[in-house]
Amino acid sequence: MSKLFLDFEKPIEDIYVQIEKVQKLGETQRVDVSEQVALLEAQIETTTQKIYADLNGWQRVQLSRHPERPYTLFYINELCKGDFLELYGDRCHGDDKAMVGGFGNLDGQTVMFIGQQKGTTAKTRQYRNFGMPNPEGYRKALRLMKLAEKFNKPIVTFIDTPGAFPGIEAEERGQAEAIARNLFEMLRLKVPIICVIIGEGASGGALGIGIGDRLLMMENTWFSVISPESCSSILWRSWDFKETAAEQLQLTAEHMKKYGIVDAIIPEPLGGANRNPTLAAEIVKKYLLEHLQQVQKEKPQARLQKRIEHYASIGHFKTSS
Amino acid sequence: MSWFKRITSGINTQTSQKKEVPDGLWFKCKKCRFTGTQKELSDKLFVCPSCGTHYSLSAQQYFELLFDEEKFEELFNNIEPEDFLQFSDLRSYKTRIAEATEKTGLKDAVRVGKGTLEKQAVVIVAMDFGFIGGSMGSVVGEKIALAIDYCIKHKLPLIIISKSGGARMMESAFSLMQMAKTAAKLTQLAEAQLPYISLLTDPTTGGVTASYAMLGDVNLAEPNALIAFAGPRVVKETIKKDLPPGFQRSEFLLEKGFLDRVVPRQKLKAELGQILSFFAH
Repeated sequence: MSKLFLDFEKPIEDIYVQIEKVQKLGETQRVDVSEQVALLEAQIETTTQKIYADLNGWQRVQLSRHPERPYTLFYINELCKGDFLELYGDRCHGDDKAMVGGFGNLDGQTVMFIGQQKGTTAKTRQYRNFGMPNPEGYRKALRLMKLAEKFNKPIVTFIDTPGAFPGIEAEERGQAEAIARNLFEMLRLKVPIICVIIGEGASGGALGIGIGDRLLMMENTWFSVISPESCSSILWRSWDFKETAAEQLQLTAEHMKKYGIVDAIIPEPLGGANRNPTLAAEIVKKYLLEHLQQVQKEKPQARLQKRIEHYASIGHFKTSS
Repeated sequence: MSWFKRITSGINTQTSQKKEVPDGLWFKCKKCRFTGTQKELSDKLFVCPSCGTHYSLSAQQYFELLFDEEKFEELFNNIEPEDFLQFSDLRSYKTRIAEATEKTGLKDAVRVGKGTLEKQAVVIVAMDFGFIGGSMGSVVGEKIALAIDYCIKHKLPLIIISKSGGARMMESAFSLMQMAKTAAKLTQLAEAQLPYISLLTDPTTGGVTASYAMLGDVNLAEPNALIAFAGPRVVKETIKKDLPPGFQRSEFLLEKGFLDRVVPRQKLKAELGQILSFFAH
């Protein structure tokens, strides 16, 4: 079995192990085991359904970080059937490998795709800086978005980051300014922007490409002001309360939908996007096209007005007399 | 070997003869150990007369320092925090709010004042570090939003004095979204062509730096203020090396091109007045 299982998927893994045993037995004893195998496979289905029907916050966080989960470039290439051209560099400092972008053909229409990119092997994970952009990543994203605006092309961003990189050079080159600038400019871009959280949505690093007319969230992702681990270490003064922190932060797609911060939850194949990336991309495409069509119908001025009013209305406080 | 030898042991002064020194009469500089009276320090606007260390000011103190004749009208003081998510870590967010309110007498980490600065009408938003580390939650976002609406309605320039540990974790995604909210309101201020001066003071970090604090038409900072996205401890843990001296301090940011000016507190009011007048004429 090459499949990776998370700790809460242990019952599913056990059944896979059983299947293997039965198959081996069938081979060595030369008996027909297809019936038993079919029975066990059905069991996998029901067990998975049962486990996935009720996942907690921390389990969603684990799924969002699943090493076999599809990343930005996979989605873009699936959506455009390969008709995508990556564009590099911020025109100021360099090219950030943790942030990718370029034009793609989405069902006949040109779209500017932007997103954080993680690697799939030890080497490429490092090359992509684990999906943590430096300031030049955010500036590259903004450059490409402005390019899209100039030629009136809609923008789609894919969010998947454990945070903006907290390194020495990142601070020197103005990580805070780069993110702040993106917020400000994205609020004013005249073209439609759809943002999709496909994995981790951590803090300012996520928001730096996360302002738009729609924010969609895949089922097994999270969005929060801080990662559960860091929250645990600051508020509980220990790394051991990440599960509790995840619950307290209320960071799942369901919460975000309930609180009106995201517009829609994109369902994932049973067992998460990692179990069937191609199907996951198909579902993403369906949602993207639907929402893109909706926002493209609106007049630019009205769309901008709505965008700004939406963000201006977020927050909960009491007003005393 | 010392020159003098103590011949009697213990303290011999009678309790009745003890001189009482009231608390808070003296101050000792944390940096250069200069000792002087509190009055001396407050006369110098809480800047050490010897080494120039800028001590932290409350929102009230900034209002008194900057508004003419210390006169101002406080706006939107009726907005209070709400524990919407019923967040609880070692203590509940509700308790934290109550404690911070009792300690500071404030309702949240920000205050809004309207008055004149060098005879020019202005709205000043000042953050208070005493209230849960000056963290930005829904109240901070809303008061900034209301201040901006007020500026647009009355055609007034805006000054925001930032002093914050960043977004308030206990409000989770809502506090994160205050970055977007304040930026959204700033686009409206920009649209109305009204000036926004951002003053960053020690410390300004996290989500506050990465939203309104860095978006000033003019970005000013007090000397040697810590200004960062990720705090020095986090950076140090990431790179596993010591940080260079002066890293993430005002002068460093000025050198890297992210601030327009570093302004000592003695000159703050005059410079703000000068900048406002450049925009006005």
